[in-house]
Amino acid sequence: MKMVKLAALAIAAGLSAAPGLAEGVKVGMITTLSGGGAGLGLDARDGFMLAVKQAGRSDLEVVIEDDQRKPEIAVQLADKMIQSDKVDVLTGIIWSNLAMAVVPAATAQGKFYLSVNAAPAVLAGKGCHKNYFAVSYQNDNLHEGAGAYVTGAGYKKPFILAPNYPAGKDSLTGFKRFYTGELAGEIYTKLGQTDYAAEIAQIRASGADSVFFFLPGGMGISFMKQYADSGVGLPVVGPAFSFDQGILGAVGEAALGVKNTSQWGKDLDNAANKAFVETFSAEYGRLPSLYAAQGFDTANLLISAMDKADVKDADAFRAALEAADFASVRGDFKFGPNHHPIQDIYVREVIKEGDVITNKIIGVALEDRADAYAAECKM
Amino acid sequence: MKRERAINAAVVLAMLVVPLWAWMADEPFILTLATKVAILALAGVGLNIALGLGGLVSFGHAAFFGIGGYAMGILASHVQSYTPLMEWPLLIEGSKSMPVIWVVAMMASGLAALVIGALSLRTSGVYFIMITLAFGQMLYYFAISWSAYGGEDGLSIYVRNGFPGLNTLDPVQFLLLCYAVLGVVLFGAARLARSPFGLALSAARQSAARVETVGIAPYRVRLVAFAISGAVTGLAGALYADLNRFVSPTMFSWHTSGEIMVFVILGGVARLFGPVAGAALYILLEHLLGGVSDYWQIWLGLLLLAVVLFARGGLIGTLAGREVAHD
Amino acid sequence: MTILLFVEQVLNGLQFGVMLFLMAAGLTLVFGVMGLINLAHGSLYMVGAFAAAAVAGWTGSFGLALIAALAAAAAAGALIELVVIRRLYARDHLDQVLATFALILILSEGTRWVFGSFPLYLDVPVYLSGPVTLPGGIQYPLYRLAIIAVGLAVAAALFALIAKTRLGIQIRAGEADREMIAALGVDISKLYTAVFALGAALAGLAGALVGAIQSVQVGMGEPVLILAFVVVVIGGIGSIKGAFVGALLVGMTDTLGGVLLPQVFGLVMAPSEAAALGASLSSMSIYILMAAVLVVRPSGLFGAAA
Repeated sequence: MKMVKLAALAIAAGLSAAPGLAEGVKVGMITTLSGGGAGLGLDARDGFMLAVKQAGRSDLEVVIEDDQRKPEIAVQLADKMIQSDKVDVLTGIIWSNLAMAVVPAATAQGKFYLSVNAAPAVLAGKGCHKNYFAVSYQNDNLHEGAGAYVTGAGYKKPFILAPNYPAGKDSLTGFKRFYTGELAGEIYTKLGQTDYAAEIAQIRASGADSVFFFLPGGMGISFMKQYADSGVGLPVVGPAFSFDQGILGAVGEAALGVKNTSQWGKDLDNAANKAFVETFSAEYGRLPSLYAAQGFDTANLLISAMDKADVKDADAFRAALEAADFASVRGDFKFGPNHHPIQDIYVREVIKEGDVITNKIIGVALEDRADAYAAECKM
Repeated sequence: MKRERAINAAVVLAMLVVPLWAWMADEPFILTLATKVAILALAGVGLNIALGLGGLVSFGHAAFFGIGGYAMGILASHVQSYTPLMEWPLLIEGSKSMPVIWVVAMMASGLAALVIGALSLRTSGVYFIMITLAFGQMLYYFAISWSAYGGEDGLSIYVRNGFPGLNTLDPVQFLLLCYAVLGVVLFGAARLARSPFGLALSAARQSAARVETVGIAPYRVRLVAFAISGAVTGLAGALYADLNRFVSPTMFSWHTSGEIMVFVILGGVARLFGPVAGAALYILLEHLLGGVSDYWQIWLGLLLLAVVLFARGGLIGTLAGREVAHD
Repeated sequence: MTILLFVEQVLNGLQFGVMLFLMAAGLTLVFGVMGLINLAHGSLYMVGAFAAAAVAGWTGSFGLALIAALAAAAAAGALIELVVIRRLYARDHLDQVLATFALILILSEGTRWVFGSFPLYLDVPVYLSGPVTLPGGIQYPLYRLAIIAVGLAVAAALFALIAKTRLGIQIRAGEADREMIAALGVDISKLYTAVFALGAALAGLAGALVGAIQSVQVGMGEPVLILAFVVVVIGGIGSIKGAFVGALLVGMTDTLGGVLLPQVFGLVMAPSEAAALGASLSSMSIYILMAAVLVVRPSGLFGAAA
């Protein structure tokens, strides 16, 4: 109760300190802009800011800060944005562990949180909150899609691996939710591991007929290059993270032919997406990634809610967000009861388009997929 | 000594005036930053006991900082989830009371420092730096894979722990509490340095052989100092966890060890107020430069470099001139 | 596990160890000769990888890329030595730690400023790509065999350099007695710059070689740096031989620990749990190894008594 009272006080203080701003929305974006993971944060930020720019609204202000991928820093930035900048909405976090650190406290203080990427299981289930919206997906979704694809493609003995940390374990659990057959092997690798020779040798010896892996960031680049060079040659399936536009350039031809699952692709056929891919490429001189698309959608969702309601009227604003009345680059977009998307998960194949290595959508892995935790959510 | 005392007074004054201004100007985040400075300074004071007084260059103090943090996280999370910490052989409940958490944090980190120190102190010089780093890394990887307490995700504690008679949710009261703890520890550290034990430790740093001839075993003196140092840093870890209402394995990472060390060096090794000045300067730079550009860490790096190259003895050392440290 | 798989894993451990040796050799020389702790050694590894990726991108030649990596890392090393490091020799380890910590920040973010925030592309050259069949029917990537060969060749060359050449004699003399060698009329500042640049070049070479099969990205040097420190300390500071033995020990422990531990636990547990527990323990294994070595031999395996 004390928390609620404090939050109410904070809002009251915010109103009295800046009466002229009561109309507008102030957004605090905490994302990773330095170090090895900066590419993801930059893409999310650029996608978000592109939509803000296109909307051209004077009543929307965005404060951006670098979390350095450290959860403690993210918590402190959230404090700063809530206490000093008096933001109404927080967004931007890429990594699940940072989201776990920031989201519960921010929503408990009455702020809205719109996730551009991370959406850990707890926040979709027992820890869900009425002010928390995952615009991207639920973390397990892409892995579930991969499991469904492997089942549908008729593979009988996949070898699966992920890093030894919570998101890695969730990944393999998600895969096994939609693939219930026999496994050739199941490995947890070190977080941040860069050499996968030992694992590849195990894959070769295991008699597997396919490989599923979740290794985000540099880990995935290393794995794919080494896997391609090893000559094992089994078909590879993974979530989009390791085959996204920002990373494909570094993996190179080693990724060609890989199937990966995603809720978005730059060739999705709808007007919003075509315009997005075109304007993003023109604005920033590179193709948009999954993270850019998610950032773009997040900003447009927010803007659609601003058209309908005043952010100070939290119930009305929440209802406007729930309606999700905006043109998503994913085509149809709607929220489930726990504020996580219900959407199609596509299968993409890595191809070469002229000189550029990129993805092409080849089918649907799961239609209108919600998530496994919605039933546990009591809002 | 006179000038150093004047500088110390200035540091204390700044530490008081800035929050007072922030409180009047309704800038609650400045209060949070000041609290962060006090807590990180406390971690630095802990390290300074080993580093400045004992000459023990530990590159693994993140281990104790993290253990303190996890002591808070584990105790509070059991209260949060209404499950006892242990049911057998005797029932132990978690706790949301800061004094209890502090005692547990200091005992746990002190004990860990005793074990790590007992093994590490067999070595010296660069070997000591590296073996302490190794122990820190061991705990880091352990924390990442300890799924019972969140693994890499860490643990969120939704409401700050309580202290009898205070409302710790109020930033000002929590700030003053952290100042009080820092003050008590600074006082203790000053007393320690002048006590027979402190003198023996200092003497062991300068010449182990000389201490041995008067019948003191340098190994033992250093070990005790290392344990005290670890316990103080552990206390800081528990407070830091309470500041963020969150703990994660990042607290154990070698970057954290590096940063605690940077506070001490930046302020002035073996100066009582060195870690306070160092932590204040570092946090100020981080806060101010963060807004300058995406590449702000380049500027932070250049500034740190300038301090090492041109301001020997750290901030306090430079300002106070080449006076001897407080021993 | 079959014997063939085991042999393959031993080869993997060897390759990892050889790569660590390239990193650790420079570190241990700089430790030994100048008494300097260089936390920025990992950044030189990163510089080498980025230089190689850039040159490979422009010219398409892997050979030129390797030369560029050596040259860029050596030049960066020499520059850093002249501007910053030489002011630190007389300081204690603390100042060195702080200054080189600052160098990491500058080099990492500087690299990101020049090359952007996305990982770069660097691939194995065509003539070294793909697997070869070894006696006994093991399929093993040719490129990894090439890394082992290059690493062993560099190790041999380094031993010869230390044992036979004038520079080597000066290095050994410098390790034994720093004041003496200056008194003998050796230009000590030139020697130091040369040693530092040599160490940097080896790190850059390692970065380029490994960059071809890993991710060329900012911060790639830090995990390797910590491992290289472990190697140097296990082997004994200043000892090239120690660095070699230490590197192979760490490489084998890391690789075989990661493979064998989950299997051992698998005998008594469910596969998922065994995989997770085994992975946790194997992450800690090299640090346990290091602590064990230092407890028994406080100056490392081949270090002079401190």
